[in-house]
Amino acid sequence: MNMFTEIIMDYYRHPRNRGKLAAPDAHARDTNPLCGDTLEMSLKVENGIVTEARFDGTGCAISQAAASMLTEQIQGKPLATAKDLNKDDVLGLLNIPISPVRLKCALLGLKVLKLAAYPKLGAELSREEEESL
Amino acid sequence: MQSNVKMAGTMKKGSEAAGALSVKQDFPILAQDVAYLDSAATAQKPLHVIKALEHFYTTTNANVHRGVYAWSADATRLYEGARKKVAEFINAKPWEIVFTRNATEGINLAAHGWAGFNLKKGDRVLLTAMEHHSNIVPWQQVAKSNGAEIDYIPVTQEGTLDMAEAKKLLAKKPKLLAITHVSNVLGTINPVKELAALAHTQGALVLVDACQSVPHMPIDVKDLGCDFLVFSGHKLFAPSVGVFYARESLLKEMRPFLTGGDMIKEVTLTGATWNDIPWKFEAGTPAVAEAIALGAAIDYLNAVGMDNIQKHDEGLIRYAFKELKNVPGITVYGPENRSGVIAFNLGDVHAHDVASVLDEHGVAIRSGHHCCMPLMKLLDVPAACRMSVALYTAKEDVDALVAALREARKVFRL
Repeated sequence: MNMFTEIIMDYYRHPRNRGKLAAPDAHARDTNPLCGDTLEMSLKVENGIVTEARFDGTGCAISQAAASMLTEQIQGKPLATAKDLNKDDVLGLLNIPISPVRLKCALLGLKVLKLAAYPKLGAELSREEEESL
Repeated sequence: MQSNVKMAGTMKKGSEAAGALSVKQDFPILAQDVAYLDSAATAQKPLHVIKALEHFYTTTNANVHRGVYAWSADATRLYEGARKKVAEFINAKPWEIVFTRNATEGINLAAHGWAGFNLKKGDRVLLTAMEHHSNIVPWQQVAKSNGAEIDYIPVTQEGTLDMAEAKKLLAKKPKLLAITHVSNVLGTINPVKELAALAHTQGALVLVDACQSVPHMPIDVKDLGCDFLVFSGHKLFAPSVGVFYARESLLKEMRPFLTGGDMIKEVTLTGATWNDIPWKFEAGTPAVAEAIALGAAIDYLNAVGMDNIQKHDEGLIRYAFKELKNVPGITVYGPENRSGVIAFNLGDVHAHDVASVLDEHGVAIRSGHHCCMPLMKLLDVPAACRMSVALYTAKEDVDALVAALREARKVFRL
């Protein structure tokens, strides 16, 4: 199993959109207690469109690369896109075999993106959806 | 999973023993010449459960929620899989199930994690006079520290709850009704569903102690309408591990009362944030193999069928009730319509003496106050004998008890 492909290592070593926005319209932070990964997402939203997205945190190559890829995905799109994004989208972006034990790493970024976006959308991340991540 | 369950046992057909199960051969310890009639204290384990324990320790043992390596991942998958099985077994969501050390710890979790910061001075907690000590003492402790009051629903001469008094006490608007589903002494099946509905109209939450009901009948937390429910794995044919259920919204607002590793998200030198439910309430390394074996026990019970088990246990307890009543000098406590257990005394002989004579005849029963000292006071006896049945108990075990009791009458010159 080759998890550490060129593209994953590229995002890990040269992350896109790493950092924090000074006055974000949406923000969330969460951790993966199993391995201690931490991740935060901050978004700038204008007329329902995400104009800027940043991620920050510490963690394994998989969690950081996935979060970086997600910021690229959401930028320029309606904030409501966060509701449609799911596990398969992230696995598609990573395009590597993810063992069950690493799924939580891969999906931490998506969870935090949803945690940031949902309150602005008047939604709540249900435990059922969280379990599907 | 159920297809993996190896069952030698069958259900008897024909009129004489209709509905009786014959699964004794699934339980290795019962190959010995003992009439085991103390399943209400702890149940015997089927080979399927023993094999699950052995398989875990010989192939998969590793700590959960930690390692990235295959063993740890498999151990975590099996442990969380057991949680799902428990949840399905009682019609709950997996994250509404907390594994504890035992049922007592589960009640303490409700007492400290919910009642401790919800009960104010003058608030009331409603219990019954037939509760096990585990469903009395934690409430007394929290009532003492918070200045709350405890009321008890009285028990009638027949050994059932006094429903008229129950309604009056519920009208005093307690914050919580904590009640046993089935009495571990009287065998009384309490009308938990009816009381839960009444309690909710008065604004009380409801905790159900299901230790003595879950081995004998299907349990559905939604149907019962309870907010909390506890039971113990070792009474459900598994090793010692407790199950604590609470509704998702309640679990979210509850505070952990055991803290430390595995129940946190982040720890700094000045504080910590809690993990999500249910792990927020599982501090330290949990009973991994025990929980997995509980999942295996549930697979076994599902393969036999809880409806079949209920039919078997009810038939057997009816038979035992009738047979015991025929022994001269016997006093049986509690109503005829009951589940699982029959408490009795033989003449004026102390229960421990009766139990010793029964032991000499290879009959194992419980004797003592059954952790129900307030109820024993009500029955006006210091102790009682108790026989209890499970899905592997046969009529022959009851017959052995009755024969040994007749011998005991001679020993004590009754």
